[in-house]
Amino acid sequence: MSTTERNVVLHVDDVHKNYGGLHALSDIDLEIEEGKTHAIIGPNGAGKSTLLNVIVGRIPPSKGAVVFDGQVLTGKKPHEINQLGVARVFQTPEIFPELSVLQNVMVPAFAKRDGAFKVHMMRLLDSEAGIREEAEHLLADVGLHERRDTHAGALSRGDKRRMELAMCLIQHPRLLLLDEPTAGMSRHDTNTTIELLKKIKARGMTKIIIEHDMHVVFSLADRISVLAGGRVIVEGLPDEVRGNPKVQEAYLGGAH
Amino acid sequence: MGNLVSKLSLSRRDLLLLLAFGAAVLLMPLWLSPFGAAYPDLLQKFVIYAIFAVGFNLLFGLTGYLSFGHAAFLGAGSYAAVWSFKLLSMDALPALIFAVAISGIFALVIGYLSLRRSGIYFSILTLAFAQMSYNLAYSVLTPITNGETGLQLALDDPRVLDRALGPQPEGLPVPHLLGLELTGYTGFFFCALVLILAFYITVKIFSSPFGLMLRAIKSNQNRMGYMGFDTKPYALTVFVISGMFAGLAGALLAITDPLAGAERMQWTASGEVVLMTILGGVGTLVGPALGAVVIKYFENIFSAFNDQILSNAFAFVPEGLRETVVAIVGKFVGEGWHLTLGLIFVLVVVFLPGGIMEGIRRIMSLFRRAQRPAKGAPARIQPAE
Ligand SMILES: Nc1ncnc2c1ncn2[C@@H]1O[C@H](COP(=O)(O)OP(=O)(O)O)[C@@H](O)[C@H]1O
Ligand SMILES: [Mg+2]
Repeated sequence: MSTTERNVVLHVDDVHKNYGGLHALSDIDLEIEEGKTHAIIGPNGAGKSTLLNVIVGRIPPSKGAVVFDGQVLTGKKPHEINQLGVARVFQTPEIFPELSVLQNVMVPAFAKRDGAFKVHMMRLLDSEAGIREEAEHLLADVGLHERRDTHAGALSRGDKRRMELAMCLIQHPRLLLLDEPTAGMSRHDTNTTIELLKKIKARGMTKIIIEHDMHVVFSLADRISVLAGGRVIVEGLPDEVRGNPKVQEAYLGGAH
Repeated sequence: MGNLVSKLSLSRRDLLLLLAFGAAVLLMPLWLSPFGAAYPDLLQKFVIYAIFAVGFNLLFGLTGYLSFGHAAFLGAGSYAAVWSFKLLSMDALPALIFAVAISGIFALVIGYLSLRRSGIYFSILTLAFAQMSYNLAYSVLTPITNGETGLQLALDDPRVLDRALGPQPEGLPVPHLLGLELTGYTGFFFCALVLILAFYITVKIFSSPFGLMLRAIKSNQNRMGYMGFDTKPYALTVFVISGMFAGLAGALLAITDPLAGAERMQWTASGEVVLMTILGGVGTLVGPALGAVVIKYFENIFSAFNDQILSNAFAFVPEGLRETVVAIVGKFVGEGWHLTLGLIFVLVVVFLPGGIMEGIRRIMSLFRRAQRPAKGAPARIQPAE
């Protein structure tokens, strides 16, 4: 695999994460191409969420480094990593339950604009500079426009996920990490979300998506890595992964 | 210029609120007179402590950071104002500016250190710093604070600006605003105008993106990090603004009575502003001001009682029993008024956790329901958060 003709935007370089004696991640090497959707699949406890946590700076790796667009992310604070253009949807929705749905989507836009503190209080004091309109637009995209004035805490789990997706999209990230974005959604909402994610892809956003629903994975992924027991056991194009006996084995609980 | 006007303008709803608030404050001498509270000394206290509570609520109500040391900034404001009277001029403006600046710097230092922790550890740090300030005021800092006697005006104070402008009248001078003596009702209206200005700033912050970010910090600080938001400087900014409001209140205390003592920094004073805010309604615009008025009103009434007054009040109780009744009730009044305050507080937190403002909201919704009685909506037992 030569890097020369591919435009790799994210390198995960020999990352390890140990919890005491437990090897949650071992020897992880990944290269994600700009504009592509990379799926990570694998059984529960394989280390998928841990890997995303390492990328966004939530947990430090025991060894190894993550490089995004030439910048080493390892050791940076979460807010610094986000400012470089990395946004994330969490496995358990992380939202602002006391704020309205619309406010939830506006906050990340203000955070992106003003998050790196500079003395521009006056701007923070008045201008919404089109952010409200954009938030409403995105809420329409994810199908939550009628609920924009509801307290976010009152939403169903599936709705919270879609709202969190809008919260990430309003930041126009270069790399979007999605941890099981359709879990808890109805078939109909899942399909809407797939369509939405395809639309984003057309805009050239790079994505890493963790997903159990193979329908979602094969609808979206350009490449797939299969994780089991903290290791990448298979990596390749969807068709290569689909028929691979090792993958069947991992899902049947035979890994390690 | 038009740009500036648009930055300073309020939404229609906020403007109406500001106008209603301003009218209520300026008309206090009228509507508080049936309560026997319409005299300048007490009215001044109402509005000054309302400024203190409204500013405290900017920090606590918006970000959820509970400071237990805010009285330190009030005290610093008082000392700074009295020093301005002594050194510069008896005019209120330099005193206010000086007090707000000093308390702002003081809040910057304490806030910077305390905000390294959150939750209860933050509260304890602020409490510790305030108690340190209180003790220092009585020991090392006596040249600045004049220790237990308190900082007072003296006949031979330099007052360089005043003396440069002309000969000084005999006797101790009185604080004034560009020549207008700030005593009695003039003093009250001056404080009232400052409160209305402070309230305007508060409304502005509440409705701004800045206020929204602070509320988001309260709701889920962790999430803010993953969306690129460095919460610390914003929390520190509002901590400093809140400290400046406290300093402003402290300066007004000194303007209406040019004297500053360390007891203003004591932890009970810090606790009192927490009570005012919670009693009125945390995170609401008007609640903290209301809480301040209620607490200062009851403090004034209850602490004035003594055993003699009580004996007269309970004259109908037969001799013998009367002493017992007076002894028991006496524990709750006069010096013991804090016991009553504690009781009120417990009752509010248990039965009305949203404070007076929640009570008002509930009554309003009762009225609304009463107007449409045919609707068989099930009664809500638990209020929505
Ligand atoms: N904070 C933690 N402390 C100890 N073990 C952890 C911690 N977080 C995750 N693990 C363990 O690491 C492994 C990988 O977890 P995770 O990344 O959440 O898996 P996945 O998302 O693939 O289901 C699991 O065995 C899990 O129990
Ligand atoms: Mg997971």
